[in-house]
Amino acid sequence: MVISYKFLDQRFIKLLFGLLILGLMPVVQAEDVMRFPAPEFDSNYTFPETWDLMDGRGNTIIQDTTPRDGQAPLPTSQTQQWIDVGVLTLALSLGAWLAVKRRSRRGLFWLMIFSLGYFGFYKEGCVCPIGSIQNVALSIFNSSYAAPITVVIFFVLPLAFALFFGRVFCASVCALGAIQDLVIWKPIQLPRKLTIALSMIPYVYIGGAILLAATNTGFIICRYDPFIGFFRLNGNAPYLYLGAGFLLAGMFIARPYCRFFCPYGVLLGLMSRFARWHLAITPTECVDCRLCEASCPFDYINKPNTGLEREERATGVRRLASLFLLLPLLVVLGGWVGHEMAPVMARYNNTVFLAEQITAEKADPTMKASLETTTFRSMGIAEEQLMAEATKIRSQMNMGGWLLGGFLGLVFSLKLINTSLIRDQKDYEVDKPHCFSCGRCCSYCPSDEMHMPNFKPGSKALEEALALGKPSEPEPETVSAMQKGKA
Amino acid sequence: MGDLNGPDKVSRIEFLRQGLSRLASVALGLVGGLAAFGSRRENTVWQIDPAKCVKCEHCSTDCVVAPSAVKCVQSYPICGYCRYCFGYFHPHYDELTSAAENQLCPTDAIERVFVEDPYWEYNIEMDKCIGCAKCVKACEDFGNASFYLQVNHEICVNCNNCSIAMQCPSDAWDRVPYDEPYRLKHEPRQVAELSFESPGKK
Repeated sequence: MVISYKFLDQRFIKLLFGLLILGLMPVVQAEDVMRFPAPEFDSNYTFPETWDLMDGRGNTIIQDTTPRDGQAPLPTSQTQQWIDVGVLTLALSLGAWLAVKRRSRRGLFWLMIFSLGYFGFYKEGCVCPIGSIQNVALSIFNSSYAAPITVVIFFVLPLAFALFFGRVFCASVCALGAIQDLVIWKPIQLPRKLTIALSMIPYVYIGGAILLAATNTGFIICRYDPFIGFFRLNGNAPYLYLGAGFLLAGMFIARPYCRFFCPYGVLLGLMSRFARWHLAITPTECVDCRLCEASCPFDYINKPNTGLEREERATGVRRLASLFLLLPLLVVLGGWVGHEMAPVMARYNNTVFLAEQITAEKADPTMKASLETTTFRSMGIAEEQLMAEATKIRSQMNMGGWLLGGFLGLVFSLKLINTSLIRDQKDYEVDKPHCFSCGRCCSYCPSDEMHMPNFKPGSKALEEALALGKPSEPEPETVSAMQKGKA
Repeated sequence: MGDLNGPDKVSRIEFLRQGLSRLASVALGLVGGLAAFGSRRENTVWQIDPAKCVKCEHCSTDCVVAPSAVKCVQSYPICGYCRYCFGYFHPHYDELTSAAENQLCPTDAIERVFVEDPYWEYNIEMDKCIGCAKCVKACEDFGNASFYLQVNHEICVNCNNCSIAMQCPSDAWDRVPYDEPYRLKHEPRQVAELSFESPGKK
């Protein structure tokens, strides 16, 4: 029976629906045809003024009807992206000037507050240089994706500044850093071994993030961003708890995300260790007065070691030689572990996961089909195509696993070598690869004319500094008093 | 630091440092240049391809914005203006009224307005819609498929990593150029010549 719908009224349509429920199914059921004809109105009905009749640029799509003013809402304007680039450049320049030239903690603090407001709460944290690592990685390794030029600039600019002026981005531009900096309350000093172990995490994080982004698996840095929920004032509970956890820990362990997780920090550290004009504790010559010693809540001040007893030269050489021998072993071992981990990482990829589910469901017919497999089967794509795609991603992951593991092995052994090398340290200096250039230490230097008022007899800063200068280790309370004084 | 071999010679460590410093700038320039070379001038935004969408309801549950930035859109030129709208009425309705128990939409986001006998207009109230796609599915299964899902860019914060796109089972989400942020259905399509066969007769 062939029915032409042209002349049917709605009553028949209802009857038809009844028939459908009774089990009569339409055989011709194509996507691109209308089941019911467009109504022929007797009244002067016109389509309502809604934005779906307009394209995104405000052009009317339906030409034969009266002009409408409804328009599909546009995304944030393109100009806004360039304004953000401008603000980033200005903030970085100002930060560099405040840190290197002015040495002003107060200025850096207010710049940090501005950045928290602008890049954090106003821009709602996206796109940030930390996340842009993944866009750049995906863009380089995957030809189907091209990162917007503004995102590439967001990635490069802070690194370029770090290469010349140190990590001024961390101190005063990064919103994630700012929100943690504000909650520093009673910072404690972590054991050195623990900090060295923890500082491996960012390498794992950035390596994993690049691998997963390059294989188009996902952007884990963005996914597990602990603070973005706060910036949006909206988010899923687990991530908000994660963020709250970081902030709570951050009261005692200053800037925990920056120090022990931030993947971008790895790149910034690589650049800032060569910074020619880095923030320095003293503008002139260090007199080793120890006043700045406990001023860094992040423990990034290198202390003089000239008075310490040195080990025998032969012992040092032997240890260094064995560490250098260990290096290739660690690289190969790391590579092997990475290769072993590859199947686990591959499962994070939707295509591989789907392929595995399909295989599992085939093997066990009693298994309930998941939404993903049902969808896949309904789309009519050949299973072989999916399996081939999955195999390709698995082999990419395998290769990536070797590289990532080898890289981590190399980093770990270099860290071991670096730890075992004892360099002459005469003065109090900032730890250039790690220092955030926050400027807290600057105001503790009595050689700095600008901060001389801090050291007038009877001033609070001087009393604190004198208390710190006592031969015993400073009490945590005193450190906190100093922190309060600074904030 | 290190041995100085002459007044204008740099120490070995300083030489190494300078070399590494140049290496760092070259590496940065290389990565930046490579990324910039393959980059696009325009930004991208997220959008749904209605042709691929399977109405799985992830859009209503996985968005970082609450309620979701995904909204149902009504295409009037496609709509049949049915008195019995499959997207509006629950299959187990009691009568064709707007009483809650008769409606398919869980949030009363569809407005039903009488036009003329026998036509009714259906409007989506954006601020009520949660993007669950229940009406979209019903309209596509039984009607003209004039309801479909789109990302409303007024609400979408354009996350670098869209959390719905991560969960989408049918790959219906992708990045589209900023200039063309929507995939709108607007062409009235050919009227179907449907043939019905009873399964019993087969």
